[in-house]
This record gives sequence, structure tokens and C-alpha cells, in this order.
Amino acid sequence: MTSPSTTVARTSFDVRRVRAEFPILSERVHGKPLVYLDSANTSQKPLPVIEAMDAYYRHANANIHRATHVLSERATALYEGARIKAAAFVNAPDPRSIVLTKGTTDGINLVAQSYGRSTLRAGDEIVISWLEHHSNIVPWQMLCEQTGAVLRVVPINARGEVEMDAYAAMLSPHTRIVAMAHVSNALGTINPVRQVVEQAHAYGAVVLIDGAQAAPHLAIDVQALDCDFYALSSHKMFGPTGVGVLYGRPSLLESMPPYQGGGDMIQSVTFEKTTYNAVPYKFEAGTPNISGVAGFGAAVDYLMAIDRDAALVHEDDVLEYATAQVSSIAGVRIIGEARQKTGVLSFVLDGVHPHDAGTILDREGVAVRTGQHCAQPVMDCFGITATIRASLGIYNTREDIDVLVRALDKVRAVFA
Amino acid sequence: MSELTDLYQEVILDHNRRPRNFRTIASPSHHAEGYNPLCGDRLKLYVQVNGDTITDVAFEGSGCAISKASASLMTDALKGKTVSEANSLFERFHRVVTTPPDQPVEDLGKLSVLAGVREFPVRVKCASLAWHTLKAALDREQTTSTE
Repeated sequence: MTSPSTTVARTSFDVRRVRAEFPILSERVHGKPLVYLDSANTSQKPLPVIEAMDAYYRHANANIHRATHVLSERATALYEGARIKAAAFVNAPDPRSIVLTKGTTDGINLVAQSYGRSTLRAGDEIVISWLEHHSNIVPWQMLCEQTGAVLRVVPINARGEVEMDAYAAMLSPHTRIVAMAHVSNALGTINPVRQVVEQAHAYGAVVLIDGAQAAPHLAIDVQALDCDFYALSSHKMFGPTGVGVLYGRPSLLESMPPYQGGGDMIQSVTFEKTTYNAVPYKFEAGTPNISGVAGFGAAVDYLMAIDRDAALVHEDDVLEYATAQVSSIAGVRIIGEARQKTGVLSFVLDGVHPHDAGTILDREGVAVRTGQHCAQPVMDCFGITATIRASLGIYNTREDIDVLVRALDKVRAVFA
Repeated sequence: MSELTDLYQEVILDHNRRPRNFRTIASPSHHAEGYNPLCGDRLKLYVQVNGDTITDVAFEGSGCAISKASASLMTDALKGKTVSEANSLFERFHRVVTTPPDQPVEDLGKLSVLAGVREFPVRVKCASLAWHTLKAALDREQTTSTE
């Protein structure tokens, strides 16, 4: 979090205007106005994204890269246009370094199965952290089973920060891949990914950054980070589900074998010999989620048109307010108090299971996630089975937090 | 709020605070572990069957109020029942918690307090966890899951 925001740049970020662009925020649930605090799970979608998908089906629906008719040209332009936008969004050197995927999970699996499986041998090491989402754990475990590589896990401290000394000590010439979240989904910790990359590169390891939780909050610059792979999901950053981006260092993508076989990823097919298409198409087998990619392109436009520094100041202000307000409730323990955090407030309430709290909050119109957040090791680390997680998007306000706090009073009243 | 008060009735809150039969049985004739990956609820169930009769039932674990109260009420309900009566009660309980809320259901005595979960579809698994674990224990499977 940044320091207290006495100088909030209200001129460049107007949260009321932002809220007006998200139709679902006017929804009522159980007779109460919706207070959506589950954006780390999936974000809500602004009108331009919804309209882009609608317009695609009304005016451009066709398969891409294949036909000579005008609809196919329109669809291809939307699809390839989104790739160019995505490249700008992560500051990639070239749109050809952008593979359009189904999401972060798909991107990580692509790297594990294509790069990892073709290069790792028994005894090689893959380093991840205790903070990871299951999608940045399980693909590497599968790769270890397939290759005999060994998974090593960097511990976290009581604040929920990756132990960088332990990380440095874990790196060795055996380290071949480092995979780490930019921002933790369960705790909101921002990891020092630039340092992670630099230290891994000193040993010749390649680094994948899981950017699913960073993309909606932080500016991403893959060249400044110098990472080898960066994966993100459209649906966490105000775009539709089922679309993601995998940035790959161009020289690595060139050297990697295809991930899946099928149409569009080939140049020529005979039963004797098939030649693969160029990067990135060789990683995009089959007809993709074209309408989703059209919506994703609109989401990138939407985010890039916002003053993101001002948006982050606003989000940090709401997170800081939420932390203070929720901490002041008797019996609350905040889980994850990293010095660098964004977007997430995870906590437990003494004597109340998070699942029960979630049901009661829902009846008050407040949508949070309760459970282990696909991060069971993180829960184990704090000796708990679940948390209540309030997660923020650019559209949340201090008023949303006030409703959450009042609803938590009701939870406490039921279990008094 | 009335649906909420139906769900969190005093009986349920009481069994959550002071779960009955919340202990181990040293060498039970049947046992199983239940797990609900959705919320991380985990429970170990121990059943002592002598002849054909359930003479003791106990459980341990962590979970939400609904799953804990359901396990507690279940253990109370099972003592003295035969295995086939227990299996039949499993079916009847399952029917009660999965019948749409606007339709009538069988009165299962104390167990009926859990009928309130019908208004909360995502919580049906919480109420059922102990019962699925019972089924697994009696069928001699070692772990079960509500997924």
C-alpha cells in the first residue's frame, strides 16, 4: 500500500463515473444493493466490454485466419488487434511474443508442457513460493512427475511475504525454472518480482511470473521486469472469462515445441510430415474464443484509457480504509500483512467459520469469497483452513467497506 | 432475514458451540474421513457397530457451523440404530436437504432443523458431509469427498 492518500488525485479518477460503466453494480441481491468485494475471484465487466462482445456477434462473427469473406476479415482484425493491444498492455517488444490462451492456468500449463517438458531432466529444480495459487503449483508437480525434476518451495514469513534470503539460498545451477506470482491471490502480497528475475537469471534459470492478480491493479512491463514468461487472465482485468495472455521471450517461444496440435497451428499437413506455423500461432491450435478476445481487447482499451496511477491511489486508499475498519472489529485477525499489498483483505473472525460468515454477508448483499482461495498451502502456513477474503476492484469505495463492516456486525450477532 | 434464522436456528448454533460426541473412539469397527474442498471442512468419523447395532458414534474435525452441527446431530441420531436403519436415515436425510424449498418434506425430528439449508444451495454440501462420511465408513471406504 502507498502512504495515506491525502493527495488523492480526484480530478483524474472519478470512481462514481467508473461505477456507472459497470451495469451489474446496480443489481440488487436479496433485496439489498450489491456490494461486490470478490474481484480477485473475477472482476465485473464495463459496458464497452459487454458491447464489444455483442457487436462481434452482430457484425463480425466468422472464423479467423481462414476465409476470404469480409466477416472473417473483421473477426481476424479484432482478434489480431487484441494481440497488439495486449502487447502494449504488458509492454512486450513484439505482438508475436503474445500467445492468446484460455487464461493464466492455460499459459502456465503451456510453459510447463512445452518449454519444461522439452528441456528439463531428472535432478533439475523448479522453484516456486508458498504463496502460489494451485494453478502455479500443480502444473509444475505434473512436470516433475514427467521429468524427474524436483519442486522446491520458498517459505513465507508471518506477514505473508516471500523470504527472499531463503529464495537466494535455494537458487543453484540446478534451478531451471522459477515460477512466482506477481501478486498473491489469497493475501494480496506484491512480490519483488524484478529481484526474483534478476537472481534467477544469475543462475541461468528462466522465470515465469503469474500476473493474474497484478494485471487489474499494477502497470506491467515485461521488458523492465526482464521475465521470460508472464501469464495473465482477461477475466481478472474486466474482460470476459476464457481468455488470457502468455507473454514469452521471443527467442524462447521460437525454440519451444507446440503445446497442442490441431488447426491453425500448422503450415502444411501431410501424413508424412507436418510443418508448424510461426510463433505465436503454433501455440494456438483450434478455433479460439474469438468473441472473448474481442471483449478482452475492449478491456485493455478500457484500462489503458484510465489514469492507472490515480486508480491505484484510489484502490490503495480503499484497501487501507478496509484494513483499518475491519481490524477494529473485535475478534478479527488479518491474514497477510505484507508491507507491499494490493487489492486483497483476507481475515478470520474468532468463533465464526468463514463459510457461515459468507452466507450471512451474502444476505446483506455483500459478495466476498470464503474458503482456501485455491491456495491450500497458504492456509496451512497460517494454521487455518479458510479465510474471508474481501477483494477490491477499481469500482469499490469506502462506502462498500462500511456496508461490509455493518454486515460483519450481523455475523457476530448471529454467533454471539 | 427469516431464511437466515431458519438456517441458523438455536439448535444448530448450540450444536456448533457444543458439538455432541466430539471425540475419538479408540478402535472403532468403522471409520472414514470426509473432506469438503470448497470450504476446507474436514471431519473424521468413528462408528462402533456391535452385531448389527451402532453402539457408539463420534467425530472430530473442523468445519462451518452447518457441517459441525449436522455431524453432531447425526451422531446423536444414530446411536442404537441398526446399520440398515442408518442407511435408510442417510437416504431420508439426503432427500430432505435436496428437496426444493417450496415442497413438503418428511419430518425427521431434530434432524429437520437442517432443512433450512434448502434455501442456500451452496450449503447443502456442508449439511451432507457427515452423512456422506457415514456412508463411506459403513461401506468401508477410507475417505470421502462432497465434490
